[in-house]
Amino acid sequence: MTVTSPPQEPTAPRAVRRPGDRIFSGGAKGAGILILLILAGVTVFLLAESLPALTASAEELPGEGGLVSYVWPLIFGTLLSATIALLVATPLAVGIALFITHYAPRRLAQVLGYVVDLLAAIPSIVYGFWGIAWLAPRLVPFYRWLEENLGFIPLFAGPVSATGRTMLTIGLVLAVMILPIVSAISREVFTQVPTLHTEAALALGATRWEMIRMAVIPYGKSGVIGGAMLGLGRALGETMAVAIILSGSAAGITFALISSANPQTIAANIALQFPESTGLDVNTLIASGLVLFVITLLVNMLARWIVNRRADFSGAN
Amino acid sequence: MAKRIEVSDLDIYYGKFLAVQGVNVSIEPRSITALIGPSGCGKSTFLRALNRMHEVIPGARVEGKVVMDGQDLYGPDSDPVTVRRHIGMVFQRPNPFPTMSISDNVAAGMRLNAKRMSKSDTDDLVERSLRGANLWEEVKDRLDRPGSSLSGGQQQRLCIARAIAVEPDVLLMDEPCSALDPISTLAIEDLMTELKEKFTIVIVTHNMQQAARVSEQTGFFNLNGVGQPGRLIEFNPTEKIFSNPDEKATEDYISGRFG
Amino acid sequence: MSTSIQQRNTGTGPHDAPPERRGDGKLPRWAPWACFAAALALAFLLGALTSSNIVLLVIYTVVLGTIAVYVISRVVEGHRRATDRLVTCLVVTAFGIAMVPLVSLAYEVIRRGAERFDGEFFGASLQGVIGEGGGAYHAIMGTLIITLLTTAISVPIGLMTAIYLVEYGSGRLKRSITFFVDVMTGIPSIVAGLFAYALFVIFFGPGIRLGIMGAVALSVLMIPVVVRSAEEVLKLVPNELREASYALGVPKWRTILKVVIPTAIAGLGTGVTLAIARVIGETAPLLVTVGITNGTNLNPFEGRMATLPVYAFYQLTQPGVPPQNAIDRAWTAALILIMLVMGLNVVARVISRVFAPKTSR
Repeated sequence: MTVTSPPQEPTAPRAVRRPGDRIFSGGAKGAGILILLILAGVTVFLLAESLPALTASAEELPGEGGLVSYVWPLIFGTLLSATIALLVATPLAVGIALFITHYAPRRLAQVLGYVVDLLAAIPSIVYGFWGIAWLAPRLVPFYRWLEENLGFIPLFAGPVSATGRTMLTIGLVLAVMILPIVSAISREVFTQVPTLHTEAALALGATRWEMIRMAVIPYGKSGVIGGAMLGLGRALGETMAVAIILSGSAAGITFALISSANPQTIAANIALQFPESTGLDVNTLIASGLVLFVITLLVNMLARWIVNRRADFSGAN
Repeated sequence: MAKRIEVSDLDIYYGKFLAVQGVNVSIEPRSITALIGPSGCGKSTFLRALNRMHEVIPGARVEGKVVMDGQDLYGPDSDPVTVRRHIGMVFQRPNPFPTMSISDNVAAGMRLNAKRMSKSDTDDLVERSLRGANLWEEVKDRLDRPGSSLSGGQQQRLCIARAIAVEPDVLLMDEPCSALDPISTLAIEDLMTELKEKFTIVIVTHNMQQAARVSEQTGFFNLNGVGQPGRLIEFNPTEKIFSNPDEKATEDYISGRFG
Repeated sequence: MSTSIQQRNTGTGPHDAPPERRGDGKLPRWAPWACFAAALALAFLLGALTSSNIVLLVIYTVVLGTIAVYVISRVVEGHRRATDRLVTCLVVTAFGIAMVPLVSLAYEVIRRGAERFDGEFFGASLQGVIGEGGGAYHAIMGTLIITLLTTAISVPIGLMTAIYLVEYGSGRLKRSITFFVDVMTGIPSIVAGLFAYALFVIFFGPGIRLGIMGAVALSVLMIPVVVRSAEEVLKLVPNELREASYALGVPKWRTILKVVIPTAIAGLGTGVTLAIARVIGETAPLLVTVGITNGTNLNPFEGRMATLPVYAFYQLTQPGVPPQNAIDRAWTAALILIMLVMGLNVVARVISRVFAPKTSR
């Protein structure tokens, strides 16, 4: 800092620094810089290991048509599953957050919040187990019904998967997995709504829902959006649940959510292929991991920006 | 081992903002010097500059000299940590360490600096300091209870005991009674008059009666307006300040004809 | 005063009376319950007519009950109260839906995991096991070793970084570290695994699998969690305590070590425990860095290791013949994982209770 300060501002006489202080503050700073280096390292090493795949000719790579046509369906599958998860989870999470902050008895609220947080503690592989063994079979009749009655919509086109290991199933499982983070952040912003606003609304004779619509939702909107984006980041990178549940046949790009032909996601594809891969295949997988890294990085930075902007904004109130 | 402090042409900055300007004062040993003035006039800032505590705030610095018995506290070879060991401080709100017992709090100056002391020496120090702070009789049966279990006034005396346990030359007190009730305040004031036998005491206070009651010398700080630096307007014996001050501004402040 | 507010709250303000003359009443407290009871009865009837299924029964009850509450409230109390009641039903339903996966997951894992929850599972590895028997001793040990290594790497780095951010940091470096720690929390776990692989490949050549690689990968995931929680906790330590310590002539580093950290120790312990809970069930990074083995390897610097999550994954997806034995083992491994995570969560709670500083304020 002293270097950047203008010269006309005389610096305080630099006191003798004790060795203990110097070592300790140096260590602390070093740890902080190490984190930046790790993040830079992630980017650099992934780039270095993807380079062979990026420069190789199309024939040497897995699949037909080169790297882009290999990765593109994976990107599509990743985005599709995460989008389903987001669409399902956000309204549910907002409802849960409202229930905990404004409907549940105050003594119960903390316990209920803790119960929802338990969902976040469960390892993702266990969600995979649950999804394939419990959820997927139970969804099959529902999918049959969807196909019979709504099959004319391309989303629900047949043939229905007999196992239930479909894009929609994984979307629902991912929704459950991101529910805690989205609802936790929504909860946080809902409790920050100034009581002045809520009481003003109630004093005007508003019902509870009108109070929420008038005071809570406008105040918490950007926080909820930021939370949803963070949830999206999670869903994009989720690996094991997808790897276990989704029957990833190389179906290419399809919007059929309940058939057995599904595009795989980037993360799950890496987990499934990596252990048996050698040579250029490994580089290709790492390249796809780099793509995933960039996508989640963008989503997360956007989410953080929204959440932080909101924090600045609410500070002014 | 009370010591005299000479302050000459002291300017105190927070970053580029000049908070206190041009203070010249001589603080007498074995006496109580009170600093009064309206809020935000820089008296606490000045006090914290005397033991280099203000440096804790990022960007804070001083120009000018603070000399204690011939040693320039801001000299190139002066170490703020050593300075603070010689010039102790008591704060506005009592702040005993919550993780430590009463006796550990008193011995904190030694403990935290990892000074090796025998059990009996430590016990002696704790008792001596607590007696010095008029707290021994009240807490001698519960020395191993947490410091935060005491009342506010007791906590403040615990903090004074903690400060005198490191045997400083000077004791700075930043509104030590503002968070206390009248009875605890009285106890602290009595304590101050006892402590001045051994220490040089500088106290910042908002309470003019308190300044009049306990101090020998009084300094009046004021500032001309918002954004202007605070200045030491007048420094005189307390009797003179409260009966016949040199400056009009001092008289206005003391007689209540001011903000 | 209070009566007038009550009147307004019931939605019978004079201004909304004229357009809806019937919206003046108030439903008794038991009315919504009665609606849902009726809906349940109706759902039973429907179930008897079509197919009986507990899931359908619940869905019918909730949907019919909600509709009934809305319609009755609309008739008796007016549309504003009716909307309010409808939203209440929806919000409660949302919470109920969230409980379905939690309860069914716990039930399913415990039921199927209990099958092989026996001494042999904890005592034996898979060395030479075909079909029946065998255990996860090697995987449990592998998970413990790698988690311990991860903690040993992550806690010092994370804690020191948090200290830098709270006690020393300023300006651009502090801002960028804060930002990138946030970014790091969002790194997909599989990418962390690929990073560790790419890092070690440079030194050891392709195809390398080591326990320490897994620890490095997990550290990338754990460090930001430790930093964030430690930062929050250190910020809570009142500045007055630091000043009290400085005023005693204690150098800054000793103040941090002897005053700040002891004051925050409960929160730090809780944060670290939760961070461990977060990484102990991670599968994907270990899949690509540590691999799997059937024998017991306790040396993280030499060859492949088995870990509980990866073990569970392979036992489920590549069970061999006959499949049921391996699938049972997979579920027991999943059960142990959940128990580990929940146990760590409980430990975290206990730490925050027991070691909290005894302040009376």
